[in-house]
Amino acid sequence: MAEISTEEIAQLARKSVEIRRNILTMVFEANSGHIGGSLGSADLLVALYYHLMVHDPKNPAWKKRDRFILSKGHCTPVIYAVLADCGYFPQEDLQTFRRPGSHLQGHPFQPKTPGIEASTGTLGLGISTAAGMALAAKLKKENQYYYVLCGDGEIQEGQVWEAAMFANKYKLDNLIAIVDRNYLQTDGNSEDIMPLDPLAPKWESFGWQVHSIDGHDYGQIVAAVNRAKKASQPVVIIANTIKGKGVSFMENKVEWHGMPPVKEEFDAAMKELDHV
Amino acid sequence: MYNLKKTRQGYADALIELGAVIPNLVVLDADVAKATQTCDFQAIYPDRFFNCGVQEQNMLSVAAGMALEGFIPFASTFGVFATCRAGDQLRNSIAYPQANVKIGATHCGITTGGDGASHQANEDIAITRSFPNLTILVPGDYEEAKMVTKLAANHHGPVYLRFGRDAYPVIDEIHGPVVIGKAKILQDGNDITLISTGIMVSEVLQAGKNLHQKGISTRIIHMPSIKPLDEKAVISAARETKGIVTAEEHSIIGGLGEAVAGIASLHHPTFIERIGMRDVFGESGQAQELMDKFGLKATEIVNAALRILKR
Repeated sequence: MAEISTEEIAQLARKSVEIRRNILTMVFEANSGHIGGSLGSADLLVALYYHLMVHDPKNPAWKKRDRFILSKGHCTPVIYAVLADCGYFPQEDLQTFRRPGSHLQGHPFQPKTPGIEASTGTLGLGISTAAGMALAAKLKKENQYYYVLCGDGEIQEGQVWEAAMFANKYKLDNLIAIVDRNYLQTDGNSEDIMPLDPLAPKWESFGWQVHSIDGHDYGQIVAAVNRAKKASQPVVIIANTIKGKGVSFMENKVEWHGMPPVKEEFDAAMKELDHV
Repeated sequence: MYNLKKTRQGYADALIELGAVIPNLVVLDADVAKATQTCDFQAIYPDRFFNCGVQEQNMLSVAAGMALEGFIPFASTFGVFATCRAGDQLRNSIAYPQANVKIGATHCGITTGGDGASHQANEDIAITRSFPNLTILVPGDYEEAKMVTKLAANHHGPVYLRFGRDAYPVIDEIHGPVVIGKAKILQDGNDITLISTGIMVSEVLQAGKNLHQKGISTRIIHMPSIKPLDEKAVISAARETKGIVTAEEHSIIGGLGEAVAGIASLHHPTFIERIGMRDVFGESGQAQELMDKFGLKATEIVNAALRILKR
């Protein structure tokens, strides 16, 4: 039983190319921003916003919408590209990314940007915030889901494990965390900087259901989320991804964590995406 | 003699009253509910009380999340934990996006006593003052503690509430309503001005009596609203008296004293003496012993006033 059709998968794949082009353009024009993690998590956000989540860009405050919280707040290029494409705000706003006066801050600022559900940026905040929101939804007897995307480097933060305990205590089965497991963080390989493996047992021992998937495979993403919705406990999806995915010379290169491309690199990257 | 009551009890008692009228008010604590006394709220409203365990950082971000969903969370813990351990969460989850979260910080100041310097928040006002968007309220006694708690619940936006551990004098003179951004003029005078915040009000009132006996006309101002601060009251005092003595159970760095000095220096520079912790950590002891040892008593305030008047 396929949970997503071949045609739908092809549509998402085409969408992800557009999103990746916009990520590159935003960071190139701003000459600032985080490309690697944005490209690497693009398929996850595309699957969520264009297939899995119930949301209405014309009504960002709709009470029954599913919420997405970007805990790895530096990856604003991908969320802004997706939100603009969905129609939360005009596409041309993307040209103001990281510029004075823009609502598109370097890290997500909830009061200003339609579609941004929580202010994040310093790492570890988002999963706690999402847990608080999910608990609030339970108190209100509402049924929407709360998705939160964490970086793998990010989960070295102690606050993440505080939140993991908290979500287990309050049985937040409406909370679905996704770890963008690309093994790279600012200073290098996560297993050199501060080892995380074995990762799944860590989450399991904190009372979470764990699904490990290929974070670029739409079928697997959709199946994992659908399984997560049936759980009676918080769920984490460990999404194995390639940082910089989609641009060959940026893939798995730690340098592209937070470096903007120069003109030649930008042109080469856009050319690659033309031929997808 | 004054009746003695705890300001943290005022916080807890007000929460119970608020719980009855504000259905979306929730209380969070971080394994110190018996000390912050939010356990009293828990006993009556168990479904609206969330013990986060020893997780102050998680608690503040959780509170921000609940506020985003329309609740009014009162996140309760000791001042050192709320501002130092969870300073990032206070800044980035609450102050920056103006989350409608109220921080109930107890065990602030040197009168925290026996636990020693690690637990005596003497820099929390300095830290919170420097965060934009935060309202900071510092009550002088039990009754004022109740007032600021109720005021915070009905004020949209983040509020930092500062309470102590000890029992402090209940002072009828300060029981007029608290207004955000307004000082309480307790006594008029034109020789010298004494400005208190928090529980230093009793020492300032005693200092005022001592100065009166020396024939000195003393203006006495109490400031439960530290941010925003009543600038007009400061400017008038600077203009109309010969100098100002500030008194706070907090470091002289970054607190009431520097806030007052900052306003006066711009509008009407004058001599200002700051009574408070003089850039030192505290230590274990009884509250009153420590007040004496670190120079937070009326005699120090009187001496500071006399020094100014001799200049």
